[in-house]
This record gives sequence, C-alpha cells and structure tokens, in this order.
Amino acid sequence: MKLSREEVLHIARLARLGLTETEVNQLREQLSNILENFEVLQQVDTTDIPPTAQAIPLQNVMRRDDEVIPSLPPSQILANAPRREEDFFRVRAVLE
Amino acid sequence: MVTITDELALAQARKADELMATSNTNPLTGIPVVIKDNMCTKGIPTTCSSRMLENFVPPYDATVVEKLNGCGAVVVGKTNMDEFAMGSSTEHSALFTTHNPWDLSRVPGGSSGGSAVAVAASEAIYALGSDTGGSIRQPAGFCSVTGLKPTYGRVSRYGLVAFASSLDQIGPLTQDVTDCALVLNVLAGYDPRDSTSVPYPTPDYTQILAADLKGLRIGIPKEYFVEGMQAEVEIAIKAAIGKLEELGATIDYEVTLPHTPYALAAYYIIAPSEASANLARYDGVKYGFSYLETGSMWEAMEKTRQYGFGAEVKRRIMLGTYALSAGYYEAWYLKAQKVRTLIRREFDQAFAKFDALVTPTSPTLPFKIGEKIDDPLQMYLSDVCTLPINIAGVPAISIPAGFADGLPIGMQIIGKPFSEETILKIAHAYQQATDWHKRRPEI
Repeated sequence: MKLSREEVLHIARLARLGLTETEVNQLREQLSNILENFEVLQQVDTTDIPPTAQAIPLQNVMRRDDEVIPSLPPSQILANAPRREEDFFRVRAVLE
Repeated sequence: MVTITDELALAQARKADELMATSNTNPLTGIPVVIKDNMCTKGIPTTCSSRMLENFVPPYDATVVEKLNGCGAVVVGKTNMDEFAMGSSTEHSALFTTHNPWDLSRVPGGSSGGSAVAVAASEAIYALGSDTGGSIRQPAGFCSVTGLKPTYGRVSRYGLVAFASSLDQIGPLTQDVTDCALVLNVLAGYDPRDSTSVPYPTPDYTQILAADLKGLRIGIPKEYFVEGMQAEVEIAIKAAIGKLEELGATIDYEVTLPHTPYALAAYYIIAPSEASANLARYDGVKYGFSYLETGSMWEAMEKTRQYGFGAEVKRRIMLGTYALSAGYYEAWYLKAQKVRTLIRREFDQAFAKFDALVTPTSPTLPFKIGEKIDDPLQMYLSDVCTLPINIAGVPAISIPAGFADGLPIGMQIIGKPFSEETILKIAHAYQQATDWHKRRPEI
C-alpha cells in the first residue's frame, strides 16, 4: 500500500501542517513504509473485543465542589501571546 | 541541560537551609534535581526541546514541581529531550544532541535522555522524566541509572506538556532504588487538577524495601526475547534473572504474552493519534512560535506549524491524523484500541499467577549517534520491550544489570497496577546483591 501524493497533502491539510515539496515526498515514502509494517494489526482477531481508550479507568469522577478559587491574572496569561491587544489575544480575520 | 537554573537553585538552597534549621524537612530537602523540559516551571522556560516552545515561559508550576518545591528541593536545570518527548535517542531535540556518558559517540536513549545523563554523570542527584512508551526506562537502561514509570494515574500529569494523554506518566530517574522510593514518596498521590490521577492512598515506598525475595513469583515472558535482540543483552538479563532466583524468587521461564508482537503497531497508531489531537493547540495564537508575515489565518497556522515543529513531530502528527481521519478510523485507530484491550488482558492474566514479570529494557546496547535517525521504523523498534507497559498502564522499573564492551544493559521489572512497592522490592534486593548501579562513567 503506497499513499498517493494527494493523500499526503489531504492529511497535511487536515492537520493544518505546512510542508515543503521535499517533506511531502519523504513523508509519502516513510508513512507508506510504516503503515505497511503496521498492517499486521489486521491479522488480529478482535471480534467482540471492546476498544480501550485508557488502561486504568476510573468510574464516577465527580467534579469538585463549585467553589471560587483564584485564577491567573490576564497579564500572566497574555505574557506569552505572540500578538495581543489590550487584554485580548489578537487573531487574524476568520471571515474575510 | 537546556536551561541551567543557577539563580533559582541558589534561592532554593537558601530556603532549604532555613527549612533545615527547623524540623520541617523531607529527605529531598536541599538535594539538587533536574527536570525534563516538558514539565512546567513557573518563570523558567519550558521548551520541550522544540522551536515551537523555545521562548515559552509558563505562568504556573506542574504539580510535581510544586511538590518538589514544597519539600525544599533545589532545581539546578531543565534537561534536553526528544522534541515533545517523541523519540528514543534525544537526537530529535531541536536544540542540540545529548551524548551517552559511557561512550560519547553513542545516544543516551530517549526521550528523557538529558535527565538520564545528568544522573549518570552526577550532575544532579536525581531527575524527573516522563514516559509514554519507554522514555524514562530506555534512557535509564542506556545510561545505567534507575528509572521508574509508575502506574498510569499514580502521579499527576498536571503541568506536563501533553504528548499522548492515555499513556504519559511522570517518574524518577535516580542512582539507586532507595532514592527512587524516596522521590516516589513525594511525587505519588491524587491531584484534583488531573482527572485521570487516582484517589488511592499511597504507601511509604521505603518501608517495603527488603533484602530477600522469598515467596515472590516472577514470570519471564518469552516474547520479550525478540528476534534481532543482541546476544550480549540476552546473556546479561538471563544472568540477572539467575540472581533473582538465588535471592529466593520463584522463576517461571515459560510465560507467554502472545499479543506482544502487535504492541509496536498498536502503540505507534495510538500515541501519534493522541499526539495529533494534543498538538493541535499549537496554532501560533496563544503562546509559542508564531509566523507573523501574513494576513491569512490559515497560512499563519500552517506556516507556524511548518517552522515550529521538527521532522519526527511532523511525522507523528501526519500518522495520527491519518489514523483518525474519515475512512481510516475503524481500520487503524479503533483496531489499535481493540488490540490494546487484548494486550491489557494478557497482562491481567499473567499477574493472576505472578507478582512481577522481568524482561530486558531494550533489545540492544546503546546505538551510535546518527545510526537510526533516518529510519523511523528502526528507531521505533528500540521501544519494543517498553511500550507494551504503557499500553497496559502498569508500572515498570529499569535498573542496571550489567555491561558489555563498557556499555550499560538495563533490566525491566514489570508489576501489577499500583504495585510499585513490589517491583521496588525486587529491584532493591537485586541492587543489594550486585554493584552495577554503583559504577559511574569516566568523564
């Protein structure tokens, strides 16, 4: 099974990941090779086997009591913001 | 070391002096520690060895950091790692390469390579690492230190930069098992800020360290002595198992965990899938690297991720996104999760008969820098003995078990969920009878 160039570009778009032409070609080879090796998974009989999302499941995890505790001040939250305006994160227009 | 925290260390040392003047001390008071650079430290850069977080300064401490600070620890630095903890050699750090102190031409293992090296080279008395598929145990084995991955949920992950949330766990890297127990005493416990941390009481792990192993049943799963394993490793581990038998343990060499050969594929579907979701947060808006030379939202996001992430991180995001995408989800992600169930059940069945399982930590000796960097699949194979443990969520420790050609060999001891005391007991008894863990590299 070999991924097509279009499939690689489609996955990159889903992941919002920019790739150079060289990276597209490399990933096409590498992902195809990895997935081909992982096809052994299809040999395993998993009829009636439920999936495990987490190996040490906890049941009935209740939210803590809804008490007010101090949170970080905006100045600290925004300290790492690449672009800010007053007390907001500055973003680019979503709708042109 | 990615960051040396000298000023912080001096301030903490003064605080430790004050604590020592009172009776309010802990065995960790005043002891120098280094922390893997994926655990948040307030006011101290936390880079994950990535361009993406190169300038990120967290506004809060991870729970484990808070706990160390609370007992007067002295943090001397943040350690190098594979970018976002994805890798087995620390070569995937975007910042620099870390070398193995036993042979500078070889890798220290990964992803907690910097933490393992710091302890092996006595740059710190102990270190914190994180382990998603072997990232504490494999470098511990490669550098000849003691490294524990606790049961999933035993230690809070709050403030640990997320890689694969159902597999990640924080643990100690130390010079011996006694130190490991002392550090685990501080780290372990419920934290309401991590909804997967378990509300179970924690024992005093130092109380159960005994010198003999009478009455303990240990199984040796055949599948972990894999094809392609180096003969030196097999010889050393068989000898170490013989030592455990001398110490009074009952050994069964005929244990089988038949789904083990599928663990690698299941892991490298599940972990990248979770990673692709977790790393979606790096959009260049809230923190981290941001591509600024465009007015387009989508272009900014794509370029931010293109320049901010390294090759291995991109590979895993792509693999995970593929496995979760429409049309492939059932065949890959869901299938891997079902295989995860089978692997977990096999461990449950084995632990109905045995107190612990013993395997090599890695199938090979530390490999050369550059040897596997261009072959992702070969690199993934170096986790083949450690990643099934994360899939099952159980605890495991790697301890020094010998050398071949001057290179360290690690033995892995695996326990039932929440039975850290049992594997610590076995590891401690082994260290009482051997001196591998006392050897230090000549540097």
